[in-house]
Amino acid sequence: MIQHLNFGDLLPYWDVFARGLLFTIVLTLTSTVAGLTLGTAGAWARTFGPRWAGALTRAYVEIIRNTPFIVQLFFIFFGLPALGVKLSENTAAFIAMVVNLGAYSTEIIRAGIEAVPKGHLEAGASLAMSRWEIFRHIVLKPAIMNVYPALSSQIIIVMLGSAVVSQISAEDLTYAANYIQSRNFRAFEVYIVAALLYLLLAIGLRALLRGIGRAIFPKG
Amino acid sequence: MTMLMRVAAKCASAAAVAAVLVSAALPARADTLAEIEKAKVVRIAVPQDFAPFGSVGPDLQPRGYDIDMANYIAKQLGVKVELVPVSSANRIAYLQTHKVDLVISSLGKNPEREKVIDFSAPYAPFFSGVYGLKGEGVADAAGLAGKTAGATRGSIEEQELTRLVPASTTVKRYEDNNATVSAFISGQVDYIATGNTVAAAVAEKSPSRKPELKFIIKDSPCYVGLNKDEPALLAKVNAIIAKAKADGTLAGFSETWLKAPLPANF
Repeated sequence: MIQHLNFGDLLPYWDVFARGLLFTIVLTLTSTVAGLTLGTAGAWARTFGPRWAGALTRAYVEIIRNTPFIVQLFFIFFGLPALGVKLSENTAAFIAMVVNLGAYSTEIIRAGIEAVPKGHLEAGASLAMSRWEIFRHIVLKPAIMNVYPALSSQIIIVMLGSAVVSQISAEDLTYAANYIQSRNFRAFEVYIVAALLYLLLAIGLRALLRGIGRAIFPKG
Repeated sequence: MTMLMRVAAKCASAAAVAAVLVSAALPARADTLAEIEKAKVVRIAVPQDFAPFGSVGPDLQPRGYDIDMANYIAKQLGVKVELVPVSSANRIAYLQTHKVDLVISSLGKNPEREKVIDFSAPYAPFFSGVYGLKGEGVADAAGLAGKTAGATRGSIEEQELTRLVPASTTVKRYEDNNATVSAFISGQVDYIATGNTVAAAVAEKSPSRKPELKFIIKDSPCYVGLNKDEPALLAKVNAIIAKAKADGTLAGFSETWLKAPLPANF
């Protein structure tokens, strides 16, 4: 039996969608900022940092990149309370996103750092700059410029992956869609709208990242 | 005679024959109680896939609340019991076709079923409730004001909970039953709305955070099902259930299988 599409049944729930959308946007933006900071620190540890920090970072990256995001999320939300660390679903979602993006961006930025020509580092050293100053003033910006497209893609992937946080009752866009679907059983309409909203979000985020890229790297 | 008419005539005569056969097979007025006492055996439909009411134990024997109840009724009738495993889809058909005398298969009452079979007094509690930890004084939905309760999104418990609680209650909705249970066991929420059978399973697996019933949100107890027009059998079964309730047998079944005492209003 083919049911007729009826988007009118979604109208009473527009505020649920709006709240979910806002939650996903805020979660994505905050965890992107924190995740990239973590990733930059990780990349520094692996290239410029002391040996122990590099080894530690490497273990972190391997663990996170080789386990599913949903398992990481469940571990933080359902597992950590057994060790006495009880986090709200929003905090757990935020931490899981930051930890995940942190690991991937560590590797991406490290690749960018290694693509910076050795001569630039030597030039810095010959000006009596410390290792930190070389990293901060000579390496970092061209390194990120090298990998900016890959970094942007990873941020979009993490944004789309955030749909999983609905599993621990964090009230994001997917939670909103599931909630509405469980009330009016209009699965087709609900998920079409949710998919379109994610698509718009991804396009908007990409445009925003491109704009930021142009501002930071004017000729790139 | 056209082809179509011939086919129609054949169908009509086949239907007439079938009607005669069916009416011959069903005695006009049955006294199943007398038949049970004569045969010295009562045939009872029980579930085999619905723990803790009926499932297959490690020794491959059926066990559960319904199995114990079936054995108890047979004992009180002074006859042997023949357990007939059924599914929830075919249990009423087994009764209507006289393959069994009684259905003790976590059967709930609703108007559609009442049209076709009779029900005894309730013999087992089956309900959805709000559960919390021992010693937390919440007695009704209003008592959850300002508190957080979890439930499985889209379930009957979640919809009832959402409808009942005051605005200051936060309802956390999880994807499936396991996530809801995990949220309670890990301490992410201190209250959950779920079925009493789920709560029984949680109580068994998580003694440190044992869910205790705070209040019932939807009650649908189990009844013994029997065919219509069996006043003698119905009276006998009801008398047995009343005795079981009075002498603590039902309370014992409840503690054994549902890990909780009978609810106060049962």
